[in-house]
Amino acid sequence: MSAIYILWLRELKRYTRSRAQIIASLGQPMLYLLVLGFGLGPIFKRAGAGNYLQFIAPGVIGMSVLFSSIFSGLGLLWDRQFGFLKETLVAPVSRIQIMIGRTLGGATVACIQGLIVMIICLIAGFRPASLAAIPVAVGFMILIAFLFAALGMAIGSGLQDMQGFQLIMNFLVLPIYFLSGAMFPLNTDLALPLKYATRIDPLSYGIDGMRNAFGSPNTAFNLSLDLLVLVVLACILMVYGAHRFTKIEV
Amino acid sequence: MIRVRNLVKTFGNFTAVNDVSFEVAEGEIFAFLGPNGAGKTTTIKMLTTLLKPTSGSIELDGLNPQAKQNEARRRFGIVFQDPSLDGDLTAWENMQIHAVLYHVPHKVWPKRTEELLKLFELWDRRDDQVKKFSGGMKRRLEIARGFLHTPRILFLDEPTLGLDPQSRNQLWSHVKRVNETEKVTVMLTTHYMDEADRVAHRVGIIDHGKLVAQGTPAEIKQQTGAADLEGAFLKLTGNTIRDEDADPAAAMRQFAQMWQQNRR
Repeated sequence: MSAIYILWLRELKRYTRSRAQIIASLGQPMLYLLVLGFGLGPIFKRAGAGNYLQFIAPGVIGMSVLFSSIFSGLGLLWDRQFGFLKETLVAPVSRIQIMIGRTLGGATVACIQGLIVMIICLIAGFRPASLAAIPVAVGFMILIAFLFAALGMAIGSGLQDMQGFQLIMNFLVLPIYFLSGAMFPLNTDLALPLKYATRIDPLSYGIDGMRNAFGSPNTAFNLSLDLLVLVVLACILMVYGAHRFTKIEV
Repeated sequence: MIRVRNLVKTFGNFTAVNDVSFEVAEGEIFAFLGPNGAGKTTTIKMLTTLLKPTSGSIELDGLNPQAKQNEARRRFGIVFQDPSLDGDLTAWENMQIHAVLYHVPHKVWPKRTEELLKLFELWDRRDDQVKKFSGGMKRRLEIARGFLHTPRILFLDEPTLGLDPQSRNQLWSHVKRVNETEKVTVMLTTHYMDEADRVAHRVGIIDHGKLVAQGTPAEIKQQTGAADLEGAFLKLTGNTIRDEDADPAAAMRQFAQMWQQNRR
């Protein structure tokens, strides 16, 4: 059994054991799906933009994957001082292996979370174009999960206190979510600054990719561009995250 | 077993450890004492490869821990000042992860884990999640885990902080037993002078980054003419209180304490 495997397994065990956390982390996406989905639905339809539930479901799935994956990395702050991280950092195992194990674990948990939200969306009335769309959408989920787990790892490696965590939450995680086109379409005449901001947000491409896969209305880019951006960024962030992780001082 | 020569660590203008030299023989229990901020934890971090020394040399079991990091890490175990267990996992699973990370063969670790958990009186609770354990039980598990890969040296950084006298006593008797049966060298830090007096073969007293005295507890008492080790310690380090500036870790530690109290 290797270090990577055991650390991956640890993340999964922790996830499946914390039932309260599973339910809590589903609460927010549910609010967005049900309140926004049904609340804004009629107005969206009146604007001639189609069915809002069909539109927002990929956004809500993307949101749950984003939050779950990025927090797995940001949690390093706490884990370094009062958790298990120190135990792994003095073990005779390379930091890269530890980082990979944790990132894989965090990304896997985020994907499970995304799948649960997808199932709830299906129950709520979301209908993908075909069943074959689902594996492609799951592929995009995996990419989003990796990308943000690595980003969380890179940022979490440098966090010093709880205030820093709040800062990242308000000035990085929430903007990534709000600018991603999860809730409003990106293929409209947005004000230029907003348009550019949405274009540099990696999650835009992840959610757009899922929309392309599901055949949802109002996609902004084509599937291959979404895929390319996500794969390249995920690779860069994995390398960057690993680099930052090896620099952690306890 | 441990040989430290002219060890220095500076952070900016601040010299945390200033020209410290000492040796610890095989099988010895060495207590490293000093007021808050004297440089104890910094020294332990350098010995355990977590910090790079500014200058000076360290030898652990004949190895330079900076040059041969992984080999050195296999030879020591460490129990940190702050907890480092995974509360969501069971005692057994915490031991298992440690075994995998330290490359303990699959034929060896289950048996050794059983022995250690029995010795540290945790065997009956092996399948319980660690977050349900008391402070003393968690400490015992951490120490048992530190012994799992049969290290030559065990570092204990304030292992008895916040424990009641019963747990402290029990903990030291376990540590002493493994020290005797397996000839493990133990280097510990503590603020409880009576503990150091009872457990340690030799002590070193550090203040303002400098080693101000070392020897057996009896020698130190004799040198200073004090009745007990606490008196000797105060004579050597003075009565002024060391107010450290709170670092982020201290702030978080405070937060963690509040959190734990609220949950009770």
